[in-house]
Amino acid sequence: MGEVNQTAVTSTEDILLQRIRQVAAMNKGKEGNLIQVLHMVQGVYGYLPLEVQEIVSIELGIPLAEVSGVASFYSFFSTQPRGRHTIRICLGTACYVRGGVTIVDTLEKNLGVGIGQTTKDGMFSFEVARCIGSCGLAPAMSIDAVVYPHVKPDEVSGILQSWYKKDEEEGVI
Amino acid sequence: MSAIYSLKIKSPADLVELRDNFLKRTTGFRHTIYICGGAGCISSHSEDVVQALKKAIALRGLAQEIRMVSTGCIGLCAEGPCMIVDPDGVFYGQLTPEKVRMIVDRHLIGGRVVTEYTYFDRQKQEYIPYTKDLPFFNKQVKIALRNVGRIDYSSIEDYIGHDGYAALSKVLTDWGRDKTIQEVTDSGLRGRGGAGFPTGVKWKSGHDQPGDQKYIICNADEGDPGAFMDRSILEGDPHSVIEALIIGGYCIGANKGYIYVRAEYPLAIERLQEALEQARGVGLLGENILGSGFDFDLEIRIGAGAFVCGEETALINSIEGKRGEPRQKPPFPFQSGLWGCPTIINNVETLANICAVINRGAEWFSSYGVGRSKGTKVFALAGDIVNSGIIEIPMGISMREIIYDIGGGMKDNKKFKSVQSGGPSGGCLTEDHLDVSVDYESLAAAGAIIGSGGLIAMDENTCMVDTARYFMEFIQDESCGHCVPCRIGTKRMLELLQRMTNGEAEEEDIENLETLAKTVSETAMCALGQTAPNPVLTTIKYFRDEYIAHVRDKKCPAHICAALKEYTIDPEKCKGCGMCARGCPVNAISGEKAQPHAIDPAVCVKCGSCKAVCRFDAVVLS
Repeated sequence: MGEVNQTAVTSTEDILLQRIRQVAAMNKGKEGNLIQVLHMVQGVYGYLPLEVQEIVSIELGIPLAEVSGVASFYSFFSTQPRGRHTIRICLGTACYVRGGVTIVDTLEKNLGVGIGQTTKDGMFSFEVARCIGSCGLAPAMSIDAVVYPHVKPDEVSGILQSWYKKDEEEGVI
Repeated sequence: MSAIYSLKIKSPADLVELRDNFLKRTTGFRHTIYICGGAGCISSHSEDVVQALKKAIALRGLAQEIRMVSTGCIGLCAEGPCMIVDPDGVFYGQLTPEKVRMIVDRHLIGGRVVTEYTYFDRQKQEYIPYTKDLPFFNKQVKIALRNVGRIDYSSIEDYIGHDGYAALSKVLTDWGRDKTIQEVTDSGLRGRGGAGFPTGVKWKSGHDQPGDQKYIICNADEGDPGAFMDRSILEGDPHSVIEALIIGGYCIGANKGYIYVRAEYPLAIERLQEALEQARGVGLLGENILGSGFDFDLEIRIGAGAFVCGEETALINSIEGKRGEPRQKPPFPFQSGLWGCPTIINNVETLANICAVINRGAEWFSSYGVGRSKGTKVFALAGDIVNSGIIEIPMGISMREIIYDIGGGMKDNKKFKSVQSGGPSGGCLTEDHLDVSVDYESLAAAGAIIGSGGLIAMDENTCMVDTARYFMEFIQDESCGHCVPCRIGTKRMLELLQRMTNGEAEEEDIENLETLAKTVSETAMCALGQTAPNPVLTTIKYFRDEYIAHVRDKKCPAHICAALKEYTIDPEKCKGCGMCARGCPVNAISGEKAQPHAIDPAVCVKCGSCKAVCRFDAVVLS
C-alpha cells in the first residue's frame, strides 16, 4: 500500500514538474516575462522551491541567480510550502485605524503562528495585506477569495472553525 | 455580446453608427437600475442582491420595461451593496435579497420610493432618498469617474454609447499629434499619481524625443494603503484607460503600450483583460486603427507585491522582468526607459481624464479647479468617517467640505483629530487645516500632499505617534534596499518610533528622529525614500505634545499604544457575571461565578472587548 502511494506521489510530482517545464518553455525568448512565468509556475506548483527555480532558469535561459533574485524580491512569491487556505489580514491605513491590529493579535493566538507562517496542520498561511481595497468595510480580512467585513475579535475563532467545517464536509480533511 | 465580435469598427462612421444603435436600443425603458459591482460591494455580497433583483424582475414580467446595468463602484462603499434607480435618481443602500424584492414591488411596480431603504442621515435623523439632495453625490464633479457607476463595465457598446472612442476618432482623423498635445497642455491636467507633473508637457517630451521604438505605460500599481481610486476606474471603466493609452501612444509615436497592474487587484486584471480583448476584437486595438494607418497594441503586466514598483523606474525594471529596484535619474524615462527606449508613464486617473479633455475641450476642463491645479481629483475616503468610499471633487474645495458634507462627518459622533492625505508619502493635517483648499499647492504648503488620493480621517481615539510608526513600518517593509538612507535610515527611524510607543524612549529621541528624517529625505535615491519621512515630520510638527507625552510621561493620551496601557478589573464594581470572560478572545480573564474576576496581563491582547461588554463599568483602562 505504502509503495503504491509513493508511486502516485512521484507521478503527480513528475506531472507538475513537466507542466512547469512546458509553461516556462512556452515563454522562452519573450522579453521580460520572468515575473509572469513565475506567477504561472507558482500557480501550478503552489510555491517556488529551489528545484522549481532551477527548471525555470534552464528553460528560459536566465541565470539561476537572477531567477532567485526576482523570486525573493517580490512578496507574492513564496519559497516555502503554503497552507491550504491563505488568511490575509488587511493592515491598510483604514483597517489599521479601525483596529486591524487587535484582529492580528487574536489571529496569532488562535492560529498559534505568527505573520508569514503556516499553521502546523497545513490549514492556513497567515499573511498581512497592505490594502485589499475594502477600506469602507474596515477592519477587513480575507480567507482565499472571501472577504470578511467589519471583523471583531470575538468573531475570529468562529470564522476559522467554519473553514475547518467546510473542509471536513468537502472531505479535504 | 457575441454580436459585437463579428462587428468591426473600421472607420469613424462605424463608431457613430454603433453609438446610435446602442442609444436607440437603450431608450424607452421605464426604469434603469445601476447596481454596484465594485470590489467593496462584492465583498458585501452584492452578487446575491443582483441575482435576487434579476429573478424578481423576471418573475414580475418587467424585463422589457426595466434595464439593469451592472456597474463599477457607485462610490458610497459604506452603504454597500447599493444601487441607483433612474430616472428618479433614488439611492438604495445596504441591500439584501429581501430588500430588493420589496423595492421591485413597491417602487418599480407601485411607483412609491421605499424611503426606509434609502440613505439615512444620522445627523439630521432623516432619510434622504434622492441623489440630488445627498451631499455625498451633489458636491461631486465626475470627470475621471464619469462612467464609473453609470455604464456596464463589461460592455464596449455601453462605453461607445457614452462617447467612448470618440476622442480617439477625433484625434486620429482631425486633430493630429500637435493639436492633441497642445490641448492636453492647455487643459492644465497634471499627473494624478502623486507628482503632479503636467501631462501635456510629458507627452510633448515623449513626442520630441528621437527614436524608432517608443513605449507608453499605464502605472496601475496603486500601492498606497487606503487608496483604491485607480482600482475603481479599472474595474468600472477600463475602456477609458485603454482609449487614452492609444491616444497617448499615437501622440508620442509609440506602437506598443503596457498596463502594469498590481497582483492584489485580480478583479481589475480580469476586467481589463476582457476589455482589451473586446477592443482588439472590434479592431480598436491592432493594425490600422479606424482606418488611420496607425497601429497600436497593449499588454497587461502583473506585479508581484512590491510597493516600490509604483516608482516609475522601478516599474520599468519590473516590466523587464527584473527586481523592482529604482534606477538613477537622469536619464529620465522619456529619454531612456523601457529597454532603453523613450517611455512615457501615466497614472490610471490621469489617463481617465484624457478623453474628457479631448471631447469637451481644454477650456471646459480648466474651468474646474483653482490656480495651477485644474480639473478634479478622485479621493478614496476612509477611516473613522461615516461615508467611506470613492469621491471626485473639483480642486479647491475645502477639506471641511470633504470630511463633513461629502463624508458625513466622523463615525459615532466622535471628535475629528486628523486627516492623513497622500499615504506613506503624505502628511497628517489637523483641525486647523480643515479650511485649507484641497489643491496641489495648498496641501503641499500645509505639509501634506494630494498624493495619489488616499484620505484617511482619524478620530480622537487615534495615537499620532503610533500612526507615524505604522507608516514607517510600512516603508521599512517595502524599502527595496537599494540605497543606504532608505534601507538603514528608515530602519533606525522605525526603531526610534517603536521605542516611543513602547515607553522606552528619551526626550532627545524626538530631535534625533527629526534629524534623521531630514537626512533620509535629502539623500534617498527615489521618491519612496525621499518622501518616507513626511508622516513623521508632519506628526512631530502638529502633534508634538503627543510625542512628549510618550517620551517624558510614558503615556499614550489616546490609549492606543499597547505597552502603555493596561486593562484591569475594579473588584469593587465587578459582580462576577462572567460576560467579559466569555467574550475574551484569548481567555485572559478568570474568576469564580459571582466573585470579582481578574485579567492576566501576560495573556491579554488589549483588544478592549471586556470593557465594551461590561455592564457595571468595572473594566478600567489605565
